[in-house]
Amino acid sequence: MALPDKLKAEFTELVTHYPEKRAGLIPALHRCQEELGGWLSPQTIEDLAEFFGLEPVEVFGVATFYPMFRLTPRGRHLVSVCHNISCTLRGAEALLAHVCHVTGSPVGGTSPDGKFSVVRVECQGACANAPMFDLDGTYHEDLDAAKAEQVLRSCQ
Amino acid sequence: MKDFPKYLLNRVGLPQSHTLATYRAEGGYRAIEDVLKKPWTPEQVIGVMKDSGLRGRGGAGFPTGMKWSFMPDITKDPRPRYLAVNADESEPGTCKDRVLMEKDPHGLIEGCLIACFAMRAKAAYIYVRGEYRLSYNRLQAAIDEARAAGLVGKNILGTDFSCDIWMHKGAGAYICGEETGLMESLEGKRGHPRPKPPFPAGSGLWKSPTTVNNVESIFNAPFIVRNGAEWFKSMGVPKSTGNFLLGISGHVNKPGVYELPFGLTARQIIDEVAGGVWKGRKLKAFFPGGSSTGLLPASMVDVVMDHDSVKAAGSMFGTAAMIILDETASIPQVMDVTARFYDHESCGQCSQCREGTQWLHQIFRRIAHGKGQMSDLDLLVSLSNGMAPAKTICALADAAAIPTLAAVKHFRHEFEECIRLGRDPLRNESQHAPELHEAHA
Repeated sequence: MALPDKLKAEFTELVTHYPEKRAGLIPALHRCQEELGGWLSPQTIEDLAEFFGLEPVEVFGVATFYPMFRLTPRGRHLVSVCHNISCTLRGAEALLAHVCHVTGSPVGGTSPDGKFSVVRVECQGACANAPMFDLDGTYHEDLDAAKAEQVLRSCQ
Repeated sequence: MKDFPKYLLNRVGLPQSHTLATYRAEGGYRAIEDVLKKPWTPEQVIGVMKDSGLRGRGGAGFPTGMKWSFMPDITKDPRPRYLAVNADESEPGTCKDRVLMEKDPHGLIEGCLIACFAMRAKAAYIYVRGEYRLSYNRLQAAIDEARAAGLVGKNILGTDFSCDIWMHKGAGAYICGEETGLMESLEGKRGHPRPKPPFPAGSGLWKSPTTVNNVESIFNAPFIVRNGAEWFKSMGVPKSTGNFLLGISGHVNKPGVYELPFGLTARQIIDEVAGGVWKGRKLKAFFPGGSSTGLLPASMVDVVMDHDSVKAAGSMFGTAAMIILDETASIPQVMDVTARFYDHESCGQCSQCREGTQWLHQIFRRIAHGKGQMSDLDLLVSLSNGMAPAKTICALADAAAIPTLAAVKHFRHEFEECIRLGRDPLRNESQHAPELHEAHA
């Protein structure tokens, strides 16, 4: 297998932004994760290694360093609940428990129907609007149980 | 509180504030136009930045103009040179740069152009934390608009000044907000900070001269160029000039991001800016500048919020990210969370930090869960003294040790009570979230 042509074309342009090709690796990992099922499969790691002229283990080493990259499949929707100080002070623990209850997903796991994965994350820079979670790349801030539930229930 | 002149957030409330049309209608891109067409010399730009006294807004408070002047003489060192904008805003409590990037991205772009002109940099990279998708998208759209208008790229405004600006996305690692970790990450590697020297101005991105500046620092540049150093120095206090963005969160009535002059007391900020401690409660403690800055007890609430005064009080101004704790907040719980953060974010290169952050977390955790021992408090202190000051490649170990020492110093009694009772009297066990059995996978 190889990278889809669309991504290959994108990355060919991307690496022109930098004097060295490798600098495009982290943005490329993001794009692969976005386009190829929400996680980085061993095949994707190998394909990226080939594109960048690196060993797969080098790409793997980079991917494992960064918390946003996921190396195992996850549910269709990813809920990232901030549990840092400002959010904790304004009810992040209760919010997390409620998110798990509504989605049926344990923390760090996936709901039995494969619809939701729930993770705890460190500070998301939304401290003045705590507590919050990120749902599939969109911030939901100033949450309470009712608002959180409404957002989650609107997911298809 | 007296009225004071504002400039940083004047545009963010305008309709379509993120577009070129709005920015231009507000006088945007006139500073770079003036620089290029008058023309100024790069040395003159660095001169006004130095004279303004602007101190970096990314946490360390280092003078921005001085930093720019460290770039080597182009006649003796022809290597390409770069600006890296640190938009990896990740210090817990800090949420200010996001406002500028989401709502006034052209201000940052114009600042990048001025900085690149002054340092003769051929390109700027804006390293935005991966979670800030809206910031990234707004900045990318603004760069595209500016490029189409001849403001970014080759021969800007018809002059011989050329400068590219590229967006670059991080992926959730706090350590990449450390300037050398950021550079490693930008080069496509694990974000392991580099030993210094060499400093970035000597050998940074791709071994070329590089300057790394915080978003808000760069954002100030067009204002300083247009209005002059004297105008800038007319705001604030003698050694902390201009206005700054304060993020205030936690137990206050009006958490938010506010533009303020230096020189107010923490009390004034909490009561008059943020509407006071919430629910009519009393203040217990506050982090003045993010979780890496030592907690201060309520008795120190009259500290003046500028770099030197907060330092004299035994903490740091940091990123001006105040986190407010009311009388019901549990210090052991807050320190459990704080220590967990540094444990999670340590890159693992230095043993003091890799092991130390883990130990601090485990000890705070057991105290917070009623399983601590009295000897733990001295152990926290001795561990912290083994981690800092300046014993590791970067300051992450210090960032974990400093709040630990401050918490034990100011709130020893609260830890002792948790240990004595075998539980945290300020926490209701039913509020606890489901136990965590994942390694932040």
